[in-house]
Amino acid sequence: MRNQQATQLLFELSREGRRAHRLGDLDVPAVDASDLFDSSDLAESAPPLPELAEGDVIRHFVGLSTLNMSVDTHFYPLGSCTMKYNPKRNERIASLPGFLNVHPMQDESGLQGLLQLLYELQGMFAEISGLPGVSMQPAAGAHGELTALFVAAAYFREQGSDRNVVLTADSAHGTNPASAQMAGFKTKTVKSNSDGLVDLEDLKAKLDDKTAVFMLTNPNTLGLFDRQIAEINRLVHEAGALIYLDGANMNAILGITRPGDFGADLMHYNPHKTFSGPHGGGGPGAGPICVRDFLTKYLPGPIVTRTENDSASGDEDRYTYHLTRPSEDSIGRVRSFFGNVGVLVRAYIYLRTYGGDGLRHVSEDAVLGANYLLSKVKHFLDVPHGDRCMHEFVASATRLKKEKKLSAMDIAKRILDYGFHAPTVYFPLVVDEAVMVEPTETESKQTLDAFVEALFRITEEGEELIHEAPHSTRISRPDDVTAARRPILKWSDAAGESAS
Amino acid sequence: MSYLFHTEDDRREMLKSIGAESIDEIINAQVPEEVRLKRALDLPPACDELTLTAEMTRLATRNASADSHVCFLGGGAYDHFIPAAVDEIASRGEYYTSYTPYQAEVSQGNLQVMFEYETLVTQLTGLGVSNASLYDGGSAATEAVLMSLAMQKGRKKVITSDLVHPQYRDILVAYLENIDAELVVVPSDENGHSKPIMDAVDDQTACVLIQHPNFVGELESVAEIAAAAKQAGALTIQVFDPVSLGRLKRPGDMGVDIAIAEGQSLGNPLAYGGPYLGIMACREELVRRLPGRIAGQTTDRRGKRCWVLTLQTREQHIRREKATSNICSNQTLLALRATVHLSLMGPKGLQETADHCIAKTAYAKEVLAQSDRFEIVGDGPSLKEFVVRDQAADVAGLLAHARAHGVLAGIDLNPMCPGGSEASQASIALPSRYENCFLVAVTEKRSRAEIDRWGKVLCEAPAMATV
Repeated sequence: MRNQQATQLLFELSREGRRAHRLGDLDVPAVDASDLFDSSDLAESAPPLPELAEGDVIRHFVGLSTLNMSVDTHFYPLGSCTMKYNPKRNERIASLPGFLNVHPMQDESGLQGLLQLLYELQGMFAEISGLPGVSMQPAAGAHGELTALFVAAAYFREQGSDRNVVLTADSAHGTNPASAQMAGFKTKTVKSNSDGLVDLEDLKAKLDDKTAVFMLTNPNTLGLFDRQIAEINRLVHEAGALIYLDGANMNAILGITRPGDFGADLMHYNPHKTFSGPHGGGGPGAGPICVRDFLTKYLPGPIVTRTENDSASGDEDRYTYHLTRPSEDSIGRVRSFFGNVGVLVRAYIYLRTYGGDGLRHVSEDAVLGANYLLSKVKHFLDVPHGDRCMHEFVASATRLKKEKKLSAMDIAKRILDYGFHAPTVYFPLVVDEAVMVEPTETESKQTLDAFVEALFRITEEGEELIHEAPHSTRISRPDDVTAARRPILKWSDAAGESAS
Repeated sequence: MSYLFHTEDDRREMLKSIGAESIDEIINAQVPEEVRLKRALDLPPACDELTLTAEMTRLATRNASADSHVCFLGGGAYDHFIPAAVDEIASRGEYYTSYTPYQAEVSQGNLQVMFEYETLVTQLTGLGVSNASLYDGGSAATEAVLMSLAMQKGRKKVITSDLVHPQYRDILVAYLENIDAELVVVPSDENGHSKPIMDAVDDQTACVLIQHPNFVGELESVAEIAAAAKQAGALTIQVFDPVSLGRLKRPGDMGVDIAIAEGQSLGNPLAYGGPYLGIMACREELVRRLPGRIAGQTTDRRGKRCWVLTLQTREQHIRREKATSNICSNQTLLALRATVHLSLMGPKGLQETADHCIAKTAYAKEVLAQSDRFEIVGDGPSLKEFVVRDQAADVAGLLAHARAHGVLAGIDLNPMCPGGSEASQASIALPSRYENCFLVAVTEKRSRAEIDRWGKVLCEAPAMATV
């Protein structure tokens, strides 16, 4: 039986006079706010928040939590999102008071442990990417894209260049063109060829002396490593443009190849994908960026540096770590304080747990899992782009749609009944009725087999059953159209009260 | 390996199903030889949990924290109290290991939390709509400016004050550098800040960005500024402090169009600056320009009330380069923390927190006023933050002395003043009258004994120089 308190809203549970939190008596002389502040500044009453007891609050939010799927409870074969297991040690260690309760404007003398960690992490990010300049300030992957484009813009500005076009692949994440536009660039789309790779002829046709950056995802969102990469590298650089690598798919290539080695000049990481930071229901993530040496001076700051101590007595005080303000050429800052440090601490612990060899194993098992699923799924779903993939692949439900009127969305909804999160559907846009699957390295063969079995059974099930799926969840097929046409975005609207 | 599953048998069977001899064969068929890394990554060797935990604990204890020291630091990040229930809820794996709620049927928990968060933010701010969070206060301020520029096509001028958080202005400079807009930072004067801003607003102004209470803890004439901006056809954006709304008027009640805040103070730990919570609310008419995710109410096919992500046609995954912003992820877990925190606080708890801050801040001012060395800058009332001038002109030495005595006594403002290491451009510097000053924050957590100790440590500090 579901907990009714969970599905009622906080505001409906509210009872006048209930309280959960009380401070103790004031131990300094009380001050009447109305004596101190001008009446024009003071509110006549406190904001109309709900009034609840602690028990109301706990039961409500624990109840709501049971209505979520999560990595801790379910398999998420969600292509391009890399939903891997989130190690518990990362959470525990990141919550140590020396990491968690540190103020962002305190002096660096009291931050030596944290700064050492961040310094070492900068080095690890540089090594894994093959790009030496690192800024950890961006707060999310898309924020990293935008920051890197600011860096590129600053570089071209200094060159006196009027390059103002960013090329994005038609299979790219929507954030790529959106970031380019926000950074003041015009965008042009480069087509994919029939193999699902960059159409070199189209790239050549669009590259000119106005091109600033080509934003590339490699492996791309079809799960394919673009084997033409050397040619792409040559074409873009000969045209005087930079290559930006969308790092969303780094889980496929750790220790196998490095963006800096295959031509990228700038890239971002998604530590919440690649280095197992939990997604938190949609955030926080982080979006550290790495750049080639000639772009380093434009990076936002602060950046961590270190100096060697001559009089060191042991490892503890061998170095002093500093927060270094960016150079005069820096783009400034893109976020307050240092960045999403809590996410970075988790990435550091993850990287230390695996080491270099271990990271390569991660990618190998991610590739193995995806190819294993592909080898099974291709027997009952079309997979338009070949027999092999990196860490994810894209199947198509076109045939099912024709034969049984089943769409990718129908499959996504029905698979929820089998206790799996849905794959990514309708992305990338270059595949009709796309069903994009990414198992990651942290699922067992038994789980993968069960998932394939469920997918197969769905293709054999009756249409009606599937059209009405999911059947086992608290709600089924919400009305998105009405939600957007007549938006109800807060409780007072819902209750029919007038908005304040 | 730590989190891998497959046994050698599993791997063999899986390869057999694929029809490949080895994983290398699969990879090498795709990744050309010339770009393959021919060596192992040069990273520290793999480390077991026991050893790593011990090492990390040592690293953590080398940091001065708000646990090991008494913290009077603010400047946009505050050591407010967080009830245990907040951590308890936020540490549930069903929340922190879940994904963006695109599949509404299996994400009703997160979606309802977002809807409740949005409602709480509208109640807090007195504005019609809220998004489901942004990266942090600074990026929220910038997104609000970008939103205003997009609303007010043809108007290129963004007016702000030199008492808005210097880092927020720094972000704004970086973003506006690349688009066709002009940032005008209006110098404040000691006798109030509204007049210079009101004088600067004209028919080219897209928006006015102010902070109230501002970076140095003073109140601004929000209603007057908002009225002047409105008259000129410009929007007003206010950076607010959520805790201050236990006592101060809400942004919406003062005529503000967009209100943004750093939500760290609502149940989120200091965490060395992040992850933090960007709060943004605006008037209902602006909703289709509001960046970031929004959850809304609807019904399912059985007629049951439920929640979905809505108005997604504003977003990058649908509109690509025409999206209102490039923002993809947000700070849902921190928004959850704020939602739980505000549920526990309620109106009375928030009011009580504000009252304690006000009383303790007033007390701290009195404690320091007893020494000739210090001067409290500004004579207005303070909610929880104020500026102190060190007449001995040795702020760095003074604060180092306090640190050595276990007190993080304040933030040195010298680096943010003109010519300071953090004031790379005039547009992000504080007024020069804040030289030789430090910024102090006193939250409800500071006891009288701690404030007394802070005062004693500061008053007894040796002065290097005398003016």
